[in-house]
Amino acid sequence: MNPAIQSLLLIQGVLVGLLTLAGLLVWIERRLLALWQDRLGPNRCGPFGILIFVADGIKMITKEDWIPPGADKPVFILAPAIIVITALLSFTIIPLAPGIAILDLNIGILFFLALSSMGIYSTVLGGWASNNKYSLLGGLRMSAQMFSYEVFMGLSLMGVVILSGSLNLREIVEAQSGMWFVLPQFAGFLIFMVAGLAETHRLPFDMPEAESELIAGFHTEYSSMKFGMFFVGEYVGLTVISAIIVTLFFGGWQGPFLPPFVWFALKTLFFILFFILLRAALPRPRFDQLLAWGWKFILPLALLNLVVTGAIVLARAG
Amino acid sequence: MEIAFYIVAAVAVLTTLRVVTHTHAVHALIYFIVSLLSVAILFYLLGAPFVAALEVIIYAGAIMVLFLFVIMMLNIGQEQVNQERAWTRPGVWAGPGLVAFVLLAVIGWVISEGQPARSETEFVGPAEVGVALFGPYLIAVQLAALLLLAGLVGASHLRRHERRTIMSEDNVQHETDETSTPGRGKGGTD
Repeated sequence: MNPAIQSLLLIQGVLVGLLTLAGLLVWIERRLLALWQDRLGPNRCGPFGILIFVADGIKMITKEDWIPPGADKPVFILAPAIIVITALLSFTIIPLAPGIAILDLNIGILFFLALSSMGIYSTVLGGWASNNKYSLLGGLRMSAQMFSYEVFMGLSLMGVVILSGSLNLREIVEAQSGMWFVLPQFAGFLIFMVAGLAETHRLPFDMPEAESELIAGFHTEYSSMKFGMFFVGEYVGLTVISAIIVTLFFGGWQGPFLPPFVWFALKTLFFILFFILLRAALPRPRFDQLLAWGWKFILPLALLNLVVTGAIVLARAG
Repeated sequence: MEIAFYIVAAVAVLTTLRVVTHTHAVHALIYFIVSLLSVAILFYLLGAPFVAALEVIIYAGAIMVLFLFVIMMLNIGQEQVNQERAWTRPGVWAGPGLVAFVLLAVIGWVISEGQPARSETEFVGPAEVGVALFGPYLIAVQLAALLLLAGLVGASHLRRHERRTIMSEDNVQHETDETSTPGRGKGGTD
């Protein structure tokens, strides 16, 4: 087959797959939260309530698409698009199976970090453009949270880069054929997971939208499908973070017996479910606690991890 | 590839012009972000993907968010836009425009002298950048690190000063808040 058509089909497949997964995650998350909180959850629409996301979609599209009179109209419309675009683009560099990735980029990790730092603008600008004090507070919280946690998000990945000697995600997966990097880089894995949670601003780190303090934070004024895009962006972001964790620390598509893609999908699904469990299990910290904890505890830990990993690799190289 | 370079370069120039001429600070900032992104693409096209990624992560990502953070707190409205419009009357552009024109004339003269810029590019990967930084440019890296450390110490010092005045002026409540935070954080991870 023509390689151009092949890659177009792959892009189409990933796009459809990701967006369907984002829809299904709405149902999975609500059902699982209900299970853990001893409730029933959505169970009316279709078998086990699985069609709830279709119903939600129809509801959102038919709602009035309202722009507040005081809002900054172009920025208000631009903001929800940014998060969907950056989240979907981040997925392009992830190797799904041997030889199957949309982009085989030699600066893969940096590409992911760059896109995740672009994704912040969605929430920050959305919060600002709404012309609402709660939204603005949400946006301010998001920007403070991000430039705190982005620092060691990058640092925590450098241990993996040192061990594999590459920034290319395909080569990093191949370097893990002997041992998954989660073992030598356990601290890096934990730090990256915390930073990833802060990045996708999901509970326990959802200070930008903290509904008990800020109504709905940065998307208070959003309605209809613009609100839906923030939601889709959040679930795609969650999937991307899980897939990156799997790729960098848990051997990507590597595994015995089952086909590579099945391994990749299973591991990614495991981390998505784990993040949903975290949401059900952990309370939200206070905002200043979150920032102080980041700078005073995680940042030194990330630096220590980097220095120790570098020293050990140098010592073993002789 | 050459056509891509010219398209991206045109975007960079146009958006940078809008940064200067726009009267609304946040809109100008968004144009600035686009301008930085297009510069990053230029780096990529010229065979420096590592620098391109760093340009996006550090400039377009981190530093611009800091700018936005400050501008968001200023609550800019129509009043500021009118004020800015009043400040930037056409006459104001004369001086900077003249200086910029001199630069334009110089670069036009240099190009007409027949010194073509190198159009063939060689690919420089992350490893080569690292080897260069910790080889021939080691002293520059050390000096930059010293400068950044000085900046860090300075920021920390300013923050300490501010906290002391708050404590002496307001109450002791602030102090207990500050001291309880790291302890709790550590307790949570043990």
